[in-house]
Amino acid sequence: MDTSLKRTPLFTAHVEAGARMVPFGGWEMPVQYTGIVEEHRTVRAAAGCFDVSHMGEFEVEGPGALAALQRLTTNDVAALEIGQVQYSVLCHPHGGIVDDLTVYRLAAERFMITVNASNIAKDWAHVTTNGDAGARWRNVSDDTGLIAVQGPRAEALVGRLADLDVTRLGYYRFAAGKVAGAGALISRTGYTGEDGFELYVAAPDTLRLWKALLEAGRAEHVAPIGLGARDTLRLEMRYALYGNDIDDTTNPLEAGLGWVVKPAKGDFIGREAIERVRAAGPARRLVGLEMTERAVPRHGYPVLKDGTATGVVTSGSYGPSVDRYIAMAYVATPHAALGTELAVEIRGQARAARVVKTPFHPSRVKKG
Amino acid sequence: MSNVPADLRYTREHEWAKQEAGRVRVGITAFAQEQLGDVVFVELPKTGARVRAHQTFGVVESVKAVSDLFAPMSGEVVETNAELGQKPETVNQDPYGKGWMIVVTPADPKEWDQLLTAAQYEEFIAQAGR
Repeated sequence: MDTSLKRTPLFTAHVEAGARMVPFGGWEMPVQYTGIVEEHRTVRAAAGCFDVSHMGEFEVEGPGALAALQRLTTNDVAALEIGQVQYSVLCHPHGGIVDDLTVYRLAAERFMITVNASNIAKDWAHVTTNGDAGARWRNVSDDTGLIAVQGPRAEALVGRLADLDVTRLGYYRFAAGKVAGAGALISRTGYTGEDGFELYVAAPDTLRLWKALLEAGRAEHVAPIGLGARDTLRLEMRYALYGNDIDDTTNPLEAGLGWVVKPAKGDFIGREAIERVRAAGPARRLVGLEMTERAVPRHGYPVLKDGTATGVVTSGSYGPSVDRYIAMAYVATPHAALGTELAVEIRGQARAARVVKTPFHPSRVKKG
Repeated sequence: MSNVPADLRYTREHEWAKQEAGRVRVGITAFAQEQLGDVVFVELPKTGARVRAHQTFGVVESVKAVSDLFAPMSGEVVETNAELGQKPETVNQDPYGKGWMIVVTPADPKEWDQLLTAAQYEEFIAQAGR
């Protein structure tokens, strides 16, 4: 066993449940419990619980907190109400993406950001180096457990255990409450395309909440879900995964994240570089591909147009809900239009693929 | 412990081989499919292709991984399991039955004796699992 890997408060529960544990972003995490395809279907048909405690949480507070986040992130934090969540990215001055994140407005001058587990150290250095005066940063990653409950039965399940009416909570809204007796930040967000919640709790409460959710959901076939299904679920929604589809070398516009870039709000790190890309038009675009010839596209495989390289696959798999082999890929802009016939080079063979509309599977997140 | 039928022979790459009236049927073991997880794609040679012992003859892919398939014996492929193209999950459901992959006419029947017996393969996977 690799002892340099970190473990979440649920590590023992995963092992006892028979999960297959794998290294992921410096953490030892469950990739599957019973099987990736079965777990994927459970989330789409019932609901699943994900241990995402490995993710990082930073709090920033003070009279300069808003200004710091406005400078660090591309989206307009001033537009965020207390109780609202915003998806955003942190950029380098050259426009490459440091990380993608969600921003929570806890109070007028107090925010929380949730970042990718593998980027915690990098992000912490980035925000504390570039943060403005009057903003106090706190890394609460190790003190915070995070459980995602996702699927059509998530609302009923979390509703039964919560001390507040979660049906009133809109998409990308959050509230403080108690779930199964544990103080929680209840956030109507997720990474699956299903309705659901992400529950932030104090690390010592994580195990109790996990057991309570699975116990209360047993009759409705709620099950623990590993990172394998988390990946196929998010791929069907075309949600970007940092390190696969976006990284330090990709800019938000080519990644299709222009909707979180708000230059009108004022200056932010990367603005100038991103505006240059916007003016010229991105040279490549992140598109959805569907294989029209049976073969599995995977990260790093070349994308061809008429036999010539035009891009690269960033994520690819069998999509259990769409029952097709699907991918996300950067493709030169002239070949990025919907319906363009391309190919993916798989073990030296060009396999036919087509640029298709995304998400691959219809989103069922709560509207309004 | 995985199912290891006594009447088959095995490779260290987790393929099984079965004698059928001078021909040899080939698939992957229960242990192999458990390790792979959900099989979502199988790529097999065409009938008439020649395969060589210890060389790859195809690919099996799970959600997470791509794995080569290794021929237990050299010879000509006389049948392939076309059903796996549409239903690759058959490899998980029935690895020793409907999940078979190819049938080979052996070029050198003596290669059979170099394959692992069921007892040897059981010992091999017990060690691998440690």
